Formats: sequence, C-alpha cells, structure tokens
Amino acid sequence: MSSTLRTFSLGGVHPPGRKAPAAGLAIEVLPAPAEYVVPLLQHCGAPAMPLVKKGEAVAEGQCIGAVEKGLGASVHSPCTGKVTGLTRTPNPFLGLVPAVAIEPDPEAAPFAPLPTDWEAMEACDILGRIKAAGVVGMGGAGFPTHIKLCPPPGLTVDTFIANGVECESYLAADHRLMLERTADVVQGVRILRKVLGVERALIGVEANKPDAIAALLAAVEAAGEGGRISVEPLAVKYPQGSEKQLISALTGRNVPAGGLPAHVGCVVQNVGTCVAVYEAVALGRPCYERVVTVAGAGVARPANLLCRVGTSVQNLVDHLGGVRDEAVKCVLGGPMMGLAVQNLDYRVTKATSGVLLLTADETETGGFGPCIRCGRCLDACPMGLEPRDISIYAERGRFADTARFGLWDCFECGSCAYVCPAKRPLVQFIRASKLRLRCRG
Amino acid sequence: MAEKLWRVTMSPHLRDGTSTSSIMWTVFCALLPQLGLSAWVFGPRVLLLAGVSIGSALLAEWAVRKAMGRDNTVTDGSAALTGLLLAYVLPPGVPLDLPFWGAVFSVCIAKQLFGGLGFNFFNPALMGRAFLAVGFPVAMTTAWIMPQFPGFLSSLAAPDAVATATPLYVLKHAGLAEFLREFGNSRGWAALILGFRPGCIGETSPVLLLLGGGWLLYKRIITWHVPASMLAAVALLAWVFGPEGWFTGPVLPHLFSGGLFLGAFFMATDYVTSPSRPRAKLIFGAGCGALTMLIRLKGGYPEGVCYAILLMNCLSPVLDDWIRPRRFAPPLQCEPGKKP
Repeated sequence: MSSTLRTFSLGGVHPPGRKAPAAGLAIEVLPAPAEYVVPLLQHCGAPAMPLVKKGEAVAEGQCIGAVEKGLGASVHSPCTGKVTGLTRTPNPFLGLVPAVAIEPDPEAAPFAPLPTDWEAMEACDILGRIKAAGVVGMGGAGFPTHIKLCPPPGLTVDTFIANGVECESYLAADHRLMLERTADVVQGVRILRKVLGVERALIGVEANKPDAIAALLAAVEAAGEGGRISVEPLAVKYPQGSEKQLISALTGRNVPAGGLPAHVGCVVQNVGTCVAVYEAVALGRPCYERVVTVAGAGVARPANLLCRVGTSVQNLVDHLGGVRDEAVKCVLGGPMMGLAVQNLDYRVTKATSGVLLLTADETETGGFGPCIRCGRCLDACPMGLEPRDISIYAERGRFADTARFGLWDCFECGSCAYVCPAKRPLVQFIRASKLRLRCRG
Repeated sequence: MAEKLWRVTMSPHLRDGTSTSSIMWTVFCALLPQLGLSAWVFGPRVLLLAGVSIGSALLAEWAVRKAMGRDNTVTDGSAALTGLLLAYVLPPGVPLDLPFWGAVFSVCIAKQLFGGLGFNFFNPALMGRAFLAVGFPVAMTTAWIMPQFPGFLSSLAAPDAVATATPLYVLKHAGLAEFLREFGNSRGWAALILGFRPGCIGETSPVLLLLGGGWLLYKRIITWHVPASMLAAVALLAWVFGPEGWFTGPVLPHLFSGGLFLGAFFMATDYVTSPSRPRAKLIFGAGCGALTMLIRLKGGYPEGVCYAILLMNCLSPVLDDWIRPRRFAPPLQCEPGKKP
C-alpha cells in the first residue's frame, strides 16, 4: 500500500478484508423464486401506499407502491405476475413493514427497456425519472436518491462524488459492478452531474480494488470525460465509505456536525446507485434489482447474486447450496454495520448489500470486561468522539450525561467496539443511549 | 431437521484480536528479561520473591473478589502483572513476607476497593511500594545486594570502591565526585547500563527495560509520549540544576542509575492511571519526570520515580477532562438546538 494515497485523517480501523472469494466471482443472475414479498418500506421514513389489490395482475416494473408526501420512494413490481396478498414482512432495521406478495408468471416476457437520449433532457425531467423509478442509495442506508439530489435552498454544490469505496469486509457487490458494468457507472455519474449542474465529479475507490480503478479510468477515457471525471484511489481504511469520511478524504472538506454534505458543496452517491440511475434514466427501468454479495465461511458457495427486491434470503442461500452446520450468525449488510437476523425469512431490499453467513471463528462471541482506559476507541473514532465515556455512563444508566461526549455525532460505524480490548459493546451502548434519550423526548 | 437457531447480536460482528488479558500478558512477558538478569546477578532468591509477590496478588484478587461477591478475574492478567511490578520495585534482599503484604495492599486496597481493574486512581504496584516504604522502612532502604560482576566485564577497569548502596544513594549523599569515582569508568558505566549494580529487582538494566519497552511500542500497546517526555524532563532538569551551577548537571547518572526506565516504560504508561490523549500524555510524562527530579534533587529520598508517578496519577483524570479528542468538525452554525 502506497503511503501517498489519500484517506480521511481522523481515526479509522483496519478490519480483516476477507474479500477474496467474492471479489473474484462474476455477478450471477439468481433464477426467479416462486414468490416475491416486496417491502413497501425499505429505509427510514414513510412507507409507500400500496397501489394494487389482492388478485390484481402486475407487470414487471409496474409501480405498486407510492409515497404521496414526506420522505420515501416508490416501489415497483420485480416481476410480471399476480398479487397474492397485502402482507407484512420483517425488516432488520424497521421491524414488521407492510409488503406486497407477488407470484411471478414464469411465461412472462422480460422487461423491455425504453432507451432514451437523456442528454437531450432537462435536469428536472431527469430528476423526475429518478424519483419515479424509486431509486434509493444502494450502499446500505437506502436513502431516497431524489431527495439527496435536491440540496436545501441556499447551498451550492460544486462536486459530485461517486462512492466506490466498499470498505466493509466481505462485500464485493460494488466492486463487481465497477468491473462488469463500468460504462454504466460512468454514464450514471454523467447523468447525476447533469442533474446537480456541477462540472467536477470524483469516483473514490479503495486501493484494494486496482482492477476496478483501471477499468474506471479506461471507461472515463472512453466516454471522453478524461479531464472532468477523476478516479481517485484511496488508502484502505474503515469507515471510508461513510459520506463524511469520503468527502474528507477526497476534498479535505469536513461536513459540520449536524450538517449535510451539501454544506461543504458535495453530494455523494454509491456506484450502485449510479447504475440504478443510469437504468432508470437511460433505459426507463425502475429500481427493483440489485447485486447482493453472499459470503462468509458459513455458506456452501459464496457468490455475487443479481437478485430482485422481495426475494427471500432463504432463496439466495438455497441457490448456493445452503448453509454449513458451522454457521452461527446471519448478517444482512456488512459485518461492521449490518444487522444479525434470527432467521432467513428476510427479504432483499434495494439497500441489501450483502448476506453474510458467519461461523463462530469469524465473528465475536463472549462477554465484556471493564474499561481499562487504554484510549483505543478514542484513537479509532472517525468523528473524534469519546465512546469510552459514553459507555461508562450508559452502563450505569446515566444516559443524559452521554451527550457531552459526542453521542449525537456518532453514525455508529462500530470502529470503537471493533478495537476495544475489553470487548465492550461501545457502539451498542451508544445506540442504547440514543434510544433512551429519544424516548424521553 | 429442527429450525436453525441463529445468534443475534448488534453490530459490529468483527472484533480485533487484542484483548485485555493479551495486553496484560504481553506487558508481563516484556518485563521478564530483566527478571532473568536479576536472578543471575542477585541470586535465584529474587525468583522466589517474584513468585511470592505474583502468587499473593493472584490470591488476593481471587479472595477479595469472592468476598465482594464479584466475578473471578484472576485470569485477566492484571493481578499477575501487579504482582510482578511490585516485586520489581523491591530491593532484592527483603524478607519474603514483604511482597506478600505489599501485594495484598496493592490488590485489595489500591485496586479492588476502588472498583477493580479500570477504576483505580493510583498504580497498584506503586501503592504497594509506598505502603511498604512506610511500613517497613529499614528493609526497603537497606536490603541491597552488591552484584557479582560477570567475567566478561572483568577486562574493563575495576571500580575504586565497592559499596552496597544504590548509585542514586551515592549520588545524593556522597556527591557527584564520589559517584564518578565508583561508576565513572568504563566498567562502572557498563555496569549501570547493562544492570550490574545494586538496585531494586526490576530497575537495574536500562538496556533490557528499553528492549521490553521497545517491544511494547512496536506492538502498539504503549505510545512514545509518556516515556519520551518523562526521560526528556529528567534529562533536562538534571542538566539545568547541576550541583555546581546552572547547566552543569550530570545527565547520564540520573537517566541510568535509578528506576527511571522501569517507571517511564512500564509504570507511567499504565492505561488506567494515565491520560489517553497524546498531548495529555506528554504533560503527564513531563510531570512525572519533573517531580522525580524535584524529589531526587531537593527531597529527602535518593529516588523519586515512585512518588512522582503516584502524584501524577492524581492529575490523570483532570488531564483527560482538560484535553479532549479533536472533533471531526465543529457544529453547523446558525442552527440553534440540535435535534436529540
């Protein structure tokens, strides 16, 4: 690793990458399952209202849920088929959420793209298409993309950043997209740059993906964007995929506490989102499909699966030969920020970047001890907060005292808990403190 | 097949391999070369002293935790480390019951009564030494052993006199001239730097302690801030406040003839009782060095490392509160009241 590569300056950790098996595997299309259960809420905010009824026939790409007002994104049918019911499905972050169950028609023709010359379109029309297609952040949070593309009035954006960092261990979905759909990533970047009306676009990629960096450089040249889209290799460090850390690494600008990237003139979108934007705008295809990395020593065969929203995790795992007996934990997302689930009856959403089946050797177990005040969490925190002190107060129920150590600036990357030698659940104490203080109002 | 039960915990699902006990045992191992040397030059009885000290510390840890109805923490390595460090700050000729009483005081009073590992204000081993210095003053100040000089050093010039007093005692009570007469030749300096001189069990060899400390630095268990600022403060003050006027003082005797290396690398760097931020560590180390020199030059004792560190331990929470981590960015302006 070259020491001249840029990265964010404050804190950060180096968890084991464990990218090897999945990173070398081409994206594989998952065969259609017998049933989809499409969640109408896939991120914080308002759920989409169902637009279909039980027994109704739907076409692939048809809008089946819409958000009238507030924070949200439309939801589209992943297949041509019949609605078998309005139901509920568990979401690891959000609890039971409303969902639409659809039985696919195996005879149906695949989605026919509607190629459009987006370069002739106005920026507001492109934005309308992105919103109508229900594009959300594909990096993990699933924040509606059209909202991020409309910064609050009074703020000027001068830089668009495509996030190809993928700093979480195991995950390789973005890596494979950058390799196999390089041209679409670059087209997505060009579209988003037009929507934002900015000249400057950066694609940040960690240096552990040299093939993706080379492919992107070639694709940028091929698109004639050599001087205007710059591909930036970054030193490997977690959590570089976090917006604030990525902006800091690439531009040296630090988003103020409580502020948005737009406060320092930036908008960040994941490379997967760029592909979804390209599909929505240039091909007229809504967002109901994504690449999911299935990895970990607990799965019979790791893979990067192109699967549709509403597919059950069980389907993914079964397609790959099932789980090994040694698997003890199933995590949706990456190992640092993803959620462990109690069964495989969860559905792939637009934000599901990975399904990890971890064995006891791979994942932490056991209890925790007292804080020995070693200060490792203070060195690791990318926000310069004091997880140690938050945990000590929270452990004794003194939640109100945690705020002065930076509780509300924590984005829960887990670096503190990763490094803690006493194995204290530091970020978990932080989450608990936030919950308690929010409940108290 | 019955439905599989999956473990559900909150993220992160990965943990670094370093643990509290791995840190404690690494420090323990980093100290062992010095113990080997002491067993050689002072005789194998120092192993017995160390054994009694460690055993008593473990026993005290087990007994006091049990009496307090708390879980057993004997295996976390911190009690064993306290026991070893306590033996390191004892003269090699003390009676065998001293390390026992010292270890019991260290573990029960200085550590567990304050809440156990992580909650003690003072370095437990040094509190044990302070307790023994008060309770057993004669043994603690006279039980020195004059080491047998090894064969390979006999080719160097022989010292003029052989006294069973620590080099710092000679420096304080007989003066620099006498110190230089005893240690100021090639054999004397070799003895001081390699560790063939009277002194506490664990303080005699700056070379081996530097080796152990260097290993801890390499393993990133300690940082350079406290040892560097403590050594620098001692060197600077020793030079400035010389016995024959300003800026004439002897630096090397103060660096190599006391417990400075043991204190700087293994005592003042104790996580629990020292501050966490780099700048606070620099102040802490410099304070330890300055107080050491105040006691050595102006105080009643020839050596001041122990009390200097204990006094700076008191300031550690203040330094931690005063010097906080630098935040990623200041809060957004013009937006009153952040949403909790």
